[in-house]
Amino acid sequence: MMLRRVRAVAQKEIIQILRDPRSLMVVLLMPLMQMALLGYGVNLDIKHVPACVFDREGSQQSQSLLKAFQASQYFSVVESERTYADVTRAIDAGRCKIAIVVPHDFSETLANANAASVQAILDATDDNTANIALGYAQAVIGAASGNIQLERAQAMGQPPPVVPAVAEYRVWYNEDLVSRNYIMPGVVALVMALVGAQLTSLTISREWERGTMEVLVSTPVTSLELMAGKILPYFVIGLIDAAFCLMIAVFWFQAPFRGSISTLFFTTSLFLVVVLGLGYFISASIKSQVGASQIALVATLLPTTLLSGFAFPIEQMPAPIQWLTYLVPARYYFSILKSIFLKGSGIADLAAPIAALALYAAVVGLLAARAFKKTLG
Amino acid sequence: MTGDIRIRADKLTKRFGDFVAVNAVSFEAGRGEIMGFLGPNGAGKSTTIRILCGLLRPSSGRAEVAGLDVAREPEKVRANIGYMSQKFSLYDDLSVMENLSFFGGVYGVKGARLKRRIAFAVEMAGLAGREDAVVSDLSGGWKQRLALGCAVLHEPKILFLDEPTSGVDPASRRRFWDLIYALAGDGVTVVITTHYMDEAEYCNRIALINGGRLVALGSPSELKRSAIRGEILLVEGDDPGAMLEALEGAPGVRDVAPFGSSLHIVVDDAARDRAAIEARLAERSLSWSRIEPIKATLEDVFVQLVGEGGKAAP
Repeated sequence: MMLRRVRAVAQKEIIQILRDPRSLMVVLLMPLMQMALLGYGVNLDIKHVPACVFDREGSQQSQSLLKAFQASQYFSVVESERTYADVTRAIDAGRCKIAIVVPHDFSETLANANAASVQAILDATDDNTANIALGYAQAVIGAASGNIQLERAQAMGQPPPVVPAVAEYRVWYNEDLVSRNYIMPGVVALVMALVGAQLTSLTISREWERGTMEVLVSTPVTSLELMAGKILPYFVIGLIDAAFCLMIAVFWFQAPFRGSISTLFFTTSLFLVVVLGLGYFISASIKSQVGASQIALVATLLPTTLLSGFAFPIEQMPAPIQWLTYLVPARYYFSILKSIFLKGSGIADLAAPIAALALYAAVVGLLAARAFKKTLG
Repeated sequence: MTGDIRIRADKLTKRFGDFVAVNAVSFEAGRGEIMGFLGPNGAGKSTTIRILCGLLRPSSGRAEVAGLDVAREPEKVRANIGYMSQKFSLYDDLSVMENLSFFGGVYGVKGARLKRRIAFAVEMAGLAGREDAVVSDLSGGWKQRLALGCAVLHEPKILFLDEPTSGVDPASRRRFWDLIYALAGDGVTVVITTHYMDEAEYCNRIALINGGRLVALGSPSELKRSAIRGEILLVEGDDPGAMLEALEGAPGVRDVAPFGSSLHIVVDDAARDRAAIEARLAERSLSWSRIEPIKATLEDVFVQLVGEGGKAAP
């Protein structure tokens, strides 16, 4: 490896990048736009689920139960129905996702049998929302029935009912259970994977398409020198992009950041080497620019969204799919970012995913260097 | 390396599937020699050059460039050669100076030597004062001379030029050949492919390639002597097509080939056979404006050995 030659390649690459300001703008603005889109677009918190109520009894007790729904921030009661047919229509038309039906003998059953049931009808076309809404409904009803018990005990002059054991819980790391805190590291990992592979996906295929490769391969520059010289400038751009993304996550979307900048810098650099190497490998394997760019997009977007653990928890995947996730570099970077952001983990805590990324970087680097053959044919 | 032999090809063969692009080509080229590869398109000239540059592996046979086996030590070979491809291959979006600095860098030239070599290349290409011009703004002749300048920055022993003058105006071609002569004068071995016959005449030796085979090898005058056994008569007249028909197979006529609007006729003895040809034309009542003996050109050799349609000679 001759540094003189690496430097010549890197200088040439920088001149070409700077001489094409439009591409440079794309490279710098694309991550900002992706951060904004994903940061606002992906929101796993469900609030204000549209609900309708059908009170078949109309008693004081049924009304106070339904008031609890109105008061909850998880539901917004959009209409009150008079018949089951109205309930069906409201759900069919999509005006509400959940209907709460109080039976006509609600207060009577409550008084006599000590337990009454309330019906919840759910639109489960989006099963995730339906599940969460059901959970919220149970919580609201649970709280309401606790109040009823308490009132009844007071009315009878009895001491409040004794509950033998109560689970007291503390949520660590994401105290407010705000999904954005957990999403932002994922969004950063996704954007960096996309941008990183895109940055280098054109560098080799462009030389083939323009015909400049023909003479370049006849010079003594080795494939390793060429790779180092070409990746270096994009590594710097990648770091700038990463800094933008992380600052947007922390300062704009207010994701809590508890780790150290140096850990973040080290791990981000490592991840960048992996994705830049991946883009370079694709560029060296495919001689057309359009083809290389599209394959780089598919190769990073799909595995990162589906298999990094960002959208779907890895622990809940079937075993063969779980094994597959080990091949997705964003899986490691996502878990590293989550730990740095939410737990403030240091390099020692992250030894396993860092080692995985380092191994990945070595393998991708080797493949990329081998993919570029200094021959015409 | 023995003596001044810079290139030695021994039964060099390249197959692409069933297609034999280069078929057992053997030749040698010495220091300071200008060797021309002449042949129709697709004859295997570029493929041969690419093998010699270490850009393609030969299927069989071997080649040494600067004493190094091209298949086994392609990287070392590359340090000794300069290569200009058929298509312009410099960076269009870079300036003259940026291109020179880049190629100087990848050839590993540095410091004072790089400065000296860049100054030499700028001077040679006639680009003084245009160092900061972006290459896409340069005309064809300048681009071509800049490409040559980039190819010789590291003072290579051997220069491979693949149709360097295609698409360049005649004045620039002339000037380019002056540069090639100057380089050869300094001891650089130059291998150049061309399909311009007049350019082939400038070469010290010509390798005539057709259908992947080396059909003839020698200096232009040697080729003319050996390929054309006989003399050549130029015939001009109103109806060359009818004259061609009339003279084909006529007594004393060994071969007839159209050259523009005239005919070249290969005969054993121009003085003796001229009368027979005139008689034949008169017999068919064809009028001619000119019949005279001429010196054979390389084009005659080419036609004789390769045939009109580029078909292999028997």
